[in-house]
Amino acid sequence: MNFALSDLMPLLPEVFLLAAVCGILILDLFLGEDQRYITYILTLATLAGCGWLTFSTATGVTVYTMHGMFVDDLLSDSLKLILYFTVAISLVYSREYIRLRGMFQGEYFTLILFATLGMMVMISANHFLTLYMGLELLSLSLYALVALQRDSAIASEAAMKYFVLGALASGMLLYGMSMVYGTTDSLEIPRIALVLQADIGNRMVLIFGLVFIVAGLAFKLGVAPFHMWLPDVYHGAPTAVTLFIGTATKIAAFAFTIRILAQGLQMLSPDWQQMLAIMAVLSMAVGNIAAIAQANFKRMLAYSTISHMGFLLLGLLAADSAGYSASMFYVLAYVLTGLGSFGMIMLLSRQGFEADRLEDLKGLNQRNPWYAFILLLLMFSLAGLPPTIGFYAKLAVLQAVVHAGYTWLAVVAVIFSLIGAFYYLRIVRLMYFEKPTDMHPIMPPADMQVLLSANGLAVLGLGMLPQPLMALCAYAMERSL
Amino acid sequence: MNFVTAVFYFFSAILIFAAFRVVTTRNPVHAALFLVLAFFSASGLWLTLEAEFLAIALVLVYVGAVMVLFLFVVMMLDINIDRLREGFWNYLPLAALVATMLALEMAIVLGSRSFGLNIIPAPIAHPAGYSNTKELGSLLYTDYVYPFELAAVILLVAIIAAIALTMRRRKNSKYQDPAEQVKVKREDRVRMVEMATDQPSSTRS
Repeated sequence: MNFALSDLMPLLPEVFLLAAVCGILILDLFLGEDQRYITYILTLATLAGCGWLTFSTATGVTVYTMHGMFVDDLLSDSLKLILYFTVAISLVYSREYIRLRGMFQGEYFTLILFATLGMMVMISANHFLTLYMGLELLSLSLYALVALQRDSAIASEAAMKYFVLGALASGMLLYGMSMVYGTTDSLEIPRIALVLQADIGNRMVLIFGLVFIVAGLAFKLGVAPFHMWLPDVYHGAPTAVTLFIGTATKIAAFAFTIRILAQGLQMLSPDWQQMLAIMAVLSMAVGNIAAIAQANFKRMLAYSTISHMGFLLLGLLAADSAGYSASMFYVLAYVLTGLGSFGMIMLLSRQGFEADRLEDLKGLNQRNPWYAFILLLLMFSLAGLPPTIGFYAKLAVLQAVVHAGYTWLAVVAVIFSLIGAFYYLRIVRLMYFEKPTDMHPIMPPADMQVLLSANGLAVLGLGMLPQPLMALCAYAMERSL
Repeated sequence: MNFVTAVFYFFSAILIFAAFRVVTTRNPVHAALFLVLAFFSASGLWLTLEAEFLAIALVLVYVGAVMVLFLFVVMMLDINIDRLREGFWNYLPLAALVATMLALEMAIVLGSRSFGLNIIPAPIAHPAGYSNTKELGSLLYTDYVYPFELAAVILLVAIIAAIALTMRRRKNSKYQDPAEQVKVKREDRVRMVEMATDQPSSTRS
């Protein structure tokens, strides 16, 4: 096999990112403690460069390369662009936070970039092997990031739990993949789909493998009953890392699920639809009900994530193009809102103080009406109230579910969303109708102020004009499936 | 039953026994040694499958390097085995139930009905001079070069993570700087002090 340059062209963003991380890694050794901002700027520049490369090489034509291990299609290009954007925003939000906590080191940025590389590999994977490699690259970087605050007992505990359960989930995923390999004799996703289309083969072994694959996916997505790690990790990890785990990785997990279930095992959809339905209902129940009892804002958002991932599964289990594009829209809406919500925790935190309890939000309106309004928009979006983006995301998913003939699931989803609205609106009540207990001035850096405000307004703006983004999701899905 | 089948059952029996003892033995050093035995039997199994390179790599890498390191760690740490076993009997019924169910399911699904020789034919046996290593190498650097590079990146991340998580510069630790030690001059160490000479007092007169 000979390599031509055209084989490597679709990989250009990945290659550039890897080269840039290695460069930053070495350069960082020569920087003093007060020059560390150079690493930060280079990290952002790397993401911008990747964005430019992805955008300029996007042709809209599906290209397979590296012996069918890598795919460059419209779905991967659009998800990657959104990924760079998300990572960059999360870095800007967390800069001041990690600087005050002694985490403003070269390792933080290189690990974030390696995790980004892992997610890019997952998004563009066309082979079970590359999917798994990307997943491990992402997970290993995340375990280290969670544990980066070595002296914090709670962070170490979270990292340990994340590591053990993550390794278990990877094992399950691999076992399931080996079963699929055993019957289809291939690890390449389109070929698996072709083999299954021609002849479903030994259904029992396939379903046995499918159970393990779905369980592994559920661990990674964090849906009930495989959600136990999520609240502890979100709570224990430094908020900057929680922001990263809570937003950017969801994009990759979505791509991962689409590649395996929709592109590879679409023929088995009657079987995985049932599994997803059970997990979706359980996650919405566990997430929304357990979130009510939380006094910690990060823990509450963790349970809210569980319920949102349940909602995401609803869109996927429609198992048609409309359902997939609705769930893609849902992920993007969730990522946008999650960025703002975790960003707000860091905005309110300061040296030696974590604003991660619900009571820290008391009377935010009197302390700073503008941020209270932004958080109000974000909470409305999480609860799914119009005119925010969360409402249209939920609406699109529900439409797809009803269209696919699962009306009862849509009814259940609406009921649990109503329960969920309670704890989001409780935050609004705390902000507007309670006396503040803490009158410290809120003084975030200017770039964070601008971005967080834009983030909050985007939740509102995209909620009023959701059509372009929705059309993009539908177009990307249609061209890539 | 031919010879290869007999060897397979022999190694499998040892593998299962060793793996079981890894979990059940009370002494962590014994557990590590049983794990070594498990790796050895697994590499024996791979040898019967004509995967010679993998078998030898397993012995060299896992038994030779990883497990020895692991043994050192186990011996250095004072592991309180009774605290580790806390709640063992409470969890046992549920765990045993799940494990038995899983084993039964695997037995049903993975039997010869799904993976028998009539469904998946046995691979062609290679002649004696066939180089497994060469084949693996040429595959790794052509078809599988992308995942291979990714594996290298994962190792790099592991190095960075290990260093980031363990390296701490303690401010008050006393360490030696060889460069400074070599550069030292007599003047830095010995100070000649001028003192007025004192007459020895004559005690015995």
